[in-house]
Amino acid sequence: MITETQTPEDSKMWTARLRNSWQRNLPIDKLLPDTQPAYVASWIYVFGVLTLVAFVDILISGLILAFAGPAWYHTSSLGLFVNSLHFWGVQLFFVFMVVHLWGKFWMAAWRGRRTATWITGMVAFLASIGTAFTGYLIQTNFDAQWIAFEAKDGFNAVGVGAFFTPTNIGQIMLIHVALLPLVLGVITVMHVLMVRKRGVVPPIDALPGNEAL
Amino acid sequence: MKTQSVKQEFDAAPWAGRVRKYDIVKEATIAFVIVSMLVVLLSLIFSSPDDKQLTFRGWAQTNPTDFYATTVKELSGTSESAGYGPPYNNASSGLNIGPLWLQKWAGVTHPVDVPNDLVVTPLSLSVLSANETSALDTWKSASADQQTTWATTYDTAITDANGDYTVVPAGDYGPVPALANALTNIAAKGSLDALLLAGGNFYSTDNTKQILFFGDGAYLSDAATAANLQGNTWGMMNETGRYPGQAWLWLYSIWYQVPPFTNEASAPVGSNADAYVMFVVLGLTAGLMFTPLIPGLRSIPRIIPLHRKIWKSYYAEENIKRRK
Repeated sequence: MITETQTPEDSKMWTARLRNSWQRNLPIDKLLPDTQPAYVASWIYVFGVLTLVAFVDILISGLILAFAGPAWYHTSSLGLFVNSLHFWGVQLFFVFMVVHLWGKFWMAAWRGRRTATWITGMVAFLASIGTAFTGYLIQTNFDAQWIAFEAKDGFNAVGVGAFFTPTNIGQIMLIHVALLPLVLGVITVMHVLMVRKRGVVPPIDALPGNEAL
Repeated sequence: MKTQSVKQEFDAAPWAGRVRKYDIVKEATIAFVIVSMLVVLLSLIFSSPDDKQLTFRGWAQTNPTDFYATTVKELSGTSESAGYGPPYNNASSGLNIGPLWLQKWAGVTHPVDVPNDLVVTPLSLSVLSANETSALDTWKSASADQQTTWATTYDTAITDANGDYTVVPAGDYGPVPALANALTNIAAKGSLDALLLAGGNFYSTDNTKQILFFGDGAYLSDAATAANLQGNTWGMMNETGRYPGQAWLWLYSIWYQVPPFTNEASAPVGSNADAYVMFVVLGLTAGLMFTPLIPGLRSIPRIIPLHRKIWKSYYAEENIKRRK
């Protein structure tokens, strides 16, 4: 797409190509729609956004915990409350995410060139499990000690323990606080943009005469 | 094939049918407020689990016999850690899946010299009595064979005495009883946690040595059993107290409840359960991840038509019957 202010030469610039591609695939009315197809009329559709907002809640409480340090919540009632916000945020996050995942499975939501959307969703699910797991490892309490002791055997058994060490709280804390939320955030953004680009998958029986998925 | 192609194009094309009003920003804002309120409410009502960490001090004070016997095992090389293999040492090859010796191939990346790192070095860094210092010097100046002979003889004697070192008959155990006694005293006073963590250094964030030592005795495991955290009782998904745990690990945890994974004596799967379970879960996860590409699996939503419930109102409004 060449705009009025562009010459054909300009349109070959990398920046122009990126901008044009973005405008073509994700115009603002797709990114922030004010209508949805009529079939988007079930509570199951709410669980995607519920997962997202639970993630935001977790990030906020996690940020406070990160600044206060891992031992804060053992001795401070305010710290324990913020830890509780983090804990219950994670529990709700997974409930929402699992319902969202199975909802999308039963909709066969990968149809219509949405395979990458499904796969990024699954990657986000796995990244979430990894993030939660490392969170449990840095609780600095009995539960964390036991999980570290047990988990090391699983990772060591397949050679992963050589570079991922559940018993090394320094490594695990960096992974939990710095790396995995970033990975999860990036994948989630990709996932949401893919959903916005393609739109919500139509009902399986929407087109008469079809049998294929 | 033509029908499939038409359907794929239909599913991929921008929706051209009926639409309804939808305020995405309003929905997200309301969702955020409701979820945040729910999180606050759950936190106020239920708080969160935080069972106090175990310490070597607690172990040596509440169960000195077990701590003492474990120390002897560390010196004799008969503890689980001493015989673990990679990534800590070369005492064994670790687990395998047929020809795949991944644990061995990954190598010793976190070396732990069990007798020295867990017992001798902490003693060397401590203030000892004259007798204890003498015992430590005797140990250090002895040959490796002599050290092993003393420690294994004593370890066997303790095992024969049902783990109670106080009723072990006299024998040639060299300096081992004095060393075990000294470490038990140091642990009971609360110094061993820091000695194992830092090992004489200022900074350290690696708790591997502490965890390994803990795991070699009964203290940690007994506490886990009491809290229903053992792997063979779904412990991987459990949490201390009455709190929900990592329920999302069910697909991983389930294999530790069923044979042959539960039978450690059963080769090759049971004796290498940790490795096999990891691969089974990896395979199942890959199956779910790549469902869109797997014929048959991707047809399940059409065969079991739960989608008729999800889109019930739309199908009714449009008078769309189920397609076979």
